[in-house]
Amino acid sequence: MEKAYINLLYLVSSILFIIGLKLLSHPKTAVRGNFTGAFGMFLAVVGVFLEYGTIERSDIILIGSAILVGTAIGAYIALKVEMTGMPQLVALLNGLGGLASFLVGGNSLMEILETGKNTELLNNLQFTISTAATGIIGAVTLTGSLIAFGKLQGLVSEKAVRYFGDQIVKVLFLIGAIYLGYLNVTQPTKIEWYWYVVLVSSILGVLLVMPIGGADMPVVIALLNSYSGLAASATGFVLGNNVLIISGSLVGASGILLTQIMCKAMNRSLPNVLFGGWGAAASSAPSGDIYAGKTKATSAEEVAMLLDMAQRVVIVPGYGMAVAQAQHAVRELYNQLTDKNIEVEFAIHPVAGRMPGHMNVLLAEADIPYDKMKEMDEINPTFNTVDVVIINGANDVVNPLAKTDPGSPIAGMPILDVDKAKTIIVIKRSLSPGFAGVPNPLFIQDNCLMYFQDGKKATQEIVTALKET
Amino acid sequence: MEQFVSYLTIFLIAVFVGIEVINRIPPLLHTPLMSGSNAISGITIIGAILTLHASHSWIIQVLGFIAIVGATINVIGGFVVTHRMLGMFKKKD
Repeated sequence: MEKAYINLLYLVSSILFIIGLKLLSHPKTAVRGNFTGAFGMFLAVVGVFLEYGTIERSDIILIGSAILVGTAIGAYIALKVEMTGMPQLVALLNGLGGLASFLVGGNSLMEILETGKNTELLNNLQFTISTAATGIIGAVTLTGSLIAFGKLQGLVSEKAVRYFGDQIVKVLFLIGAIYLGYLNVTQPTKIEWYWYVVLVSSILGVLLVMPIGGADMPVVIALLNSYSGLAASATGFVLGNNVLIISGSLVGASGILLTQIMCKAMNRSLPNVLFGGWGAAASSAPSGDIYAGKTKATSAEEVAMLLDMAQRVVIVPGYGMAVAQAQHAVRELYNQLTDKNIEVEFAIHPVAGRMPGHMNVLLAEADIPYDKMKEMDEINPTFNTVDVVIINGANDVVNPLAKTDPGSPIAGMPILDVDKAKTIIVIKRSLSPGFAGVPNPLFIQDNCLMYFQDGKKATQEIVTALKET
Repeated sequence: MEQFVSYLTIFLIAVFVGIEVINRIPPLLHTPLMSGSNAISGITIIGAILTLHASHSWIIQVLGFIAIVGATINVIGGFVVTHRMLGMFKKKD
């Protein structure tokens, strides 16, 4: 088929991607949006086969079986994953996108060297530079995502892993990757340079993510999402293919935007997340002493009594709720309270959990209506009308120190104003600090009661106690 | 060079379109947005298929095979998991 028609088909699939993303802006149209995107992808694959022209049988078998294997694995993990494991899955998928991108870059280069066709590309700076860029971004995305996956899965220490001079080492590896990329550009016939670029960039990806602590994971996941798009876009520059450039940059833009939103939600800059901050503070910050004898412990029965008298209750979910898999118990509590005509809402901080919107997904999984999930800006002005606020496994996002202590690592971070509520119940296993590593003066506030228990168990006990009242 | 500038133009315009479109997505849907856009980054599958074109070097074929598998997992996994998540955001009565 004529190239123009194929490009037209690619254009259609690019537009479908844009429309698909647009439809994702409302829960009512989002399902359609996802299908639109998937259809766009289907058309693009049809396009690539048309571009191929006549395909040898061996190639069909090779490509077809690769697609089959990928489809089987992709569908299997997507259907099996627990909703609490969503951040890990997204990290893993990002990484595979990066892997595919740098392999495409390497293959394009090797193909020219092997077949002797299109050798003029080797003198084309666009081709050589974007090939090197694919190698760097793709490899960083792969190994960075694998480390993020490991941290989320508990295979790699979730703490910020730091050592003396780590910043310098990172910079040296970055310079090394760029220098090797430069050699790849100036001596494209030496394929080794490309693989050295990939190797050094792979190490760089590990070095970049290892020092980032668990609390910063939403930023890291969003950033890696952006990288995987940029890697795809770079392969578009290598192959001179618009649909790759457009879709890659859409993903790149989406990731960067989310990264920015997450950074803002923590009042931190991106360089601060990447090169230091909380992680370092966590190891040295003192904690514990401020609580001494000043906290009040409570029981399920007492909480049930308080709830029974309440008119408006707000639940604040945090990562602790996710870890305890407490979302279904929370749903039961929600049911019981609404049955008693008590108004229940959920206050969701943008960085609660391990990826942007993580809490919303967990609550939706437990059938909590999405119009009960309130964003921070919406619910904050209303906390003074709340009778009971239940904080389930959240810590840093409700820490008033963010407002009162300019020297604190979380200084300036917008928080949920739970301290304005009449009674505060904190469900937490111990008084250990959150990921920011700072104590929380909220816990010693007069109207705050501590319920020391696992998030799921505590909620179930409250539910039982409520039944008895 | 001319070609490069036109690709760069397309790239930058797509970035702006992306920002405009995605800016309107509420935090409620940020996770599905991520997994959905992530699936789109699997578009590298096009590149992976193209580089296998007329190549008989075993190393290119092996690497191309891995690239297609990786990109397909990215695409299928991304779209399927997004669909699963969105199913949970249905309006409850």
